[in-house]
Amino acid sequence: MIFGLPVISVTIWLPIVFGILVLATGDDKNAPLARILALVGSVLGFLVTLPLYSGFDITTSNMQFVELHDWITRFNIHYNLGVDGISMLFILLNSFFTVIVVLAGWKVIEKRVAQYMAAFLVMSGIVNGVFAAMDAILFYVFWEAMLIPMFIIIGVWGGPNRIYATMKFFLYTLLGSLLMLVALIYLYNLTGGSFAIIDFHLVAIPMSAQILIFIAFFFAFAVKVPMFPVHTWLPDAHVEAPTGGSVVLAALMLKVGAYGFLRFSMPITPDASHKLAGVMIGLSLIAIVYIGLVALMQSDMKKLVAYSSISHMGFVTLGLFIFNAYGMEGALLQMLSHGFVAGALFLCIGVLYDRMHSRQIADYGGVVNKMPVFAAFFMLFAMANSGLPGTSAFVGEFMVVMGAIKVNFWYAFAAATTLIFGAAYTLWMYKRVIFGAVTNHHVSELTDLNAREVLIMTILAVCVLGMGLYPLPFSDILHASVNDLLVHVAHSKLPL
Amino acid sequence: MNLMANLIPAAAEIFLLVMVCFILIADLMLTKSSKIVTYMLVQLTLLGCSLITVGTHQPGVVYAFHNMYVDDLMSDVLKMLSYLGMSMVLIYSRQYLMLRGLFTGEFMVLALFALLGMNVMISANHFLTLYLGLELLSLSMYAMVALQRDSAIATEAAMKYFVLGALASGLLLYGMSMLYGATGTLELGAMSDAIKHGVHNKSLLAFGLVFIVSGLSFKLGVVPFHMWVPDVYHGAPTAVTMLIGSVPKLAAFAFVMRILVEGLQPLVQDWSGMLIILAISSMALGNLSAIAQTNIKRMFAYSTITHMGFLLLGVISGGIEGYGASMFYAVVYMLMSLGAFGMIMLLSRAGFEADTLDDFKGLNQRSPWLAFMMMLLMLSMAGIPPTVGFYAKFSLLNSIIQTGHTWLAIVAVLFSLIGAFYYLRVIKLMYFDAPESHAPISVGSDTGLLISINGLGMLFLGLMPGALMSVCAVSVQQSLLLH
Repeated sequence: MIFGLPVISVTIWLPIVFGILVLATGDDKNAPLARILALVGSVLGFLVTLPLYSGFDITTSNMQFVELHDWITRFNIHYNLGVDGISMLFILLNSFFTVIVVLAGWKVIEKRVAQYMAAFLVMSGIVNGVFAAMDAILFYVFWEAMLIPMFIIIGVWGGPNRIYATMKFFLYTLLGSLLMLVALIYLYNLTGGSFAIIDFHLVAIPMSAQILIFIAFFFAFAVKVPMFPVHTWLPDAHVEAPTGGSVVLAALMLKVGAYGFLRFSMPITPDASHKLAGVMIGLSLIAIVYIGLVALMQSDMKKLVAYSSISHMGFVTLGLFIFNAYGMEGALLQMLSHGFVAGALFLCIGVLYDRMHSRQIADYGGVVNKMPVFAAFFMLFAMANSGLPGTSAFVGEFMVVMGAIKVNFWYAFAAATTLIFGAAYTLWMYKRVIFGAVTNHHVSELTDLNAREVLIMTILAVCVLGMGLYPLPFSDILHASVNDLLVHVAHSKLPL
Repeated sequence: MNLMANLIPAAAEIFLLVMVCFILIADLMLTKSSKIVTYMLVQLTLLGCSLITVGTHQPGVVYAFHNMYVDDLMSDVLKMLSYLGMSMVLIYSRQYLMLRGLFTGEFMVLALFALLGMNVMISANHFLTLYLGLELLSLSMYAMVALQRDSAIATEAAMKYFVLGALASGLLLYGMSMLYGATGTLELGAMSDAIKHGVHNKSLLAFGLVFIVSGLSFKLGVVPFHMWVPDVYHGAPTAVTMLIGSVPKLAAFAFVMRILVEGLQPLVQDWSGMLIILAISSMALGNLSAIAQTNIKRMFAYSTITHMGFLLLGVISGGIEGYGASMFYAVVYMLMSLGAFGMIMLLSRAGFEADTLDDFKGLNQRSPWLAFMMMLLMLSMAGIPPTVGFYAKFSLLNSIIQTGHTWLAIVAVLFSLIGAFYYLRVIKLMYFDAPESHAPISVGSDTGLLISINGLGMLFLGLMPGALMSVCAVSVQQSLLLH
């Protein structure tokens, strides 16, 4: 309870209310007010999520902070919220990144500031809703509502090819969502009239139906993750999105897909999940290896990091579908870590882009001479992206490889190649951008990070290192829920 | 006493007719500049009708005029909504009509006649009453489309509408006469009983059904009987397009319910098969053609075809659940299309029709609030939560999945994905493109308020859809189960 209000509802609605307030400040004459209001909203939004952490009970896998109210009684739909170890950290991550994004867009965004800030605040609330919803329709509403602000963000503040990218993003994800909707309604009728996700977990489903449901969910979640071969929207969206949009896409949008696998696909259709695990692992390994190679060939920094995100998310889906505790916890840690690292990398690229208005690697070179502080931060995040021990990325990747080796040596072998490819594409990019001689005269006019940027980078650096050196607080929260999920997934749900 | 018992169920319609005649005459006395009085009278009439409808509401199903007329919860709810819809049409179109010299007594009187026709259809319990209502509605519409006498395109549209409409009426009548031949009655309940007890001439019945369904499809505007829709929507003055595209959908829903569900329920196997084909082809053709349109009125015409195809899904499912969902869909569709056409009229000025997609370019820079309202309306049409359009789609999908047509649900969602594209394109034009004109948008306080209520209503109903859903479900349940 915060001031007598339920915690989760506050984390969802407070940013949305602030978003509306920011929107109400109107046109760009009031931009300073909009910025300050947005910062206040996002910081408050982050602060109100802290009780979730401090009040969290790590010994149980049950839903906590549960809120349950009638919503649409005709279809037995409830306003049902709750968090467990799997979802709680993502709400924190999301609210945290909202602050970062507001700060990152502080000066850079000059046109329609209020709308920009409002879109991010509203989206922050909606994403929290996705992670906290325990009713399938409530989940679906948040899930699709999430697309609207992102659609606007990419379309209005994006790069030159933004309209193609944002349309592709919207329609791609909508396709998956609509199939999921059909599956949800089918499950509703199967449970005899309940949309509670918990009830979906318990209902017996014949194999043929399980496979179809799994495929429907697969379309919804795999598009969001994104998994090979439905990943093609991501590089477009990332490249065209403004920095803040890229950060939110990488840090959160991708995570809701993997979260969907954990919350829906695996517990609702465990038999189909086992049966199709081979396919999922295959697709994950393709993503890790093939997309890693694709990343190597990119000449655009943002595209490179986008492909690297797909490759890293391959790790996550691999960890999920090898069905052991190492893999699953590794996957979850990898999701959190990737949020920090990819978010930070996009911010770094944003810093360069704001100054040079180019994302082409070839336009840079010798940046270290002009921006030593930036180069140091960028180095840390680049190292983290290649999975250096001591950074957050190492923990998750290592655990997933450990989990994979228990199942099949060659899975682990293929996955581990990412440590080479990841280092290759990230560090090669780093070398070409940061080191070498200054060839472009614009580079020689660069100025180093200002105080605001240093603040953002420092916070993220602390997170990346902190999580890498001492991951225990994070993994403790996951334990109970992950173990419970694994037990659940091990049981067949075929009707007797 | 007997007379009163007959009159009370039809009191609202009688009042409406009396008022229309009164307004018709009163309007003659008014000068051109004081047509606002007529307008106020019309609005008052609508208010009066709604008071009477509420006041004369009786529980259960009440028949009148030898079972030719019925008053049940469904008819009362639909009538109340049609008064609301008509009132909104008039508010939205007042300024638009004034600027074009169409703000005349004829327009308003014809609108009320159309409303009367719709209400007779909604309350009909007999094929003749249905036909009477339908013709009253259609004839008023033909005249309204042609109201702009000096516009060639409007005249052409009216001609097309009239010829095809007359053809459809002919088909309906022909079908009715065959059904009469097969069953010996034109009363809906009696016909249903007669078919249940067995009919000698099965082929006559089958032919009758085919004609009836074709006639219905014409009036609904579903593929392959949709040819008139784009031309009429495009050609008619926007105010008339709005009228055609919104309120009559409620009457059309009632029409389908009365004929297929009350009258021909025993033939459900036969007509649901036909409706599946109609629904799928409407969703396919409507969505695909809408993509290619540059005129927004034409685009909405194709979108109507799609929506009507979607609405049929609930009827196909053949259960109370599905009928309730269809009714909810019809109501939501009416509200969405009112808002969408209202927006077109708001953006139009004297001598300028904002009826191409390009006129919506950069609306966010010209008026962020209107752009936001239009975005809500478009998202609702595309069925994206948290707008109410999603729940309309959701409850229909639920009803067809419940009855085991899961494949149909998948087809429907795939087509609605295609549909999402052209609604998103409107949002894209408003938000992502630069405006082509910087002409100030003058919004009257009444229309401004109404469009705000209409747009925000999409969001509000999307967050709290339960009440309206229940009203639709209960009214269908109480009206159709008691037979």
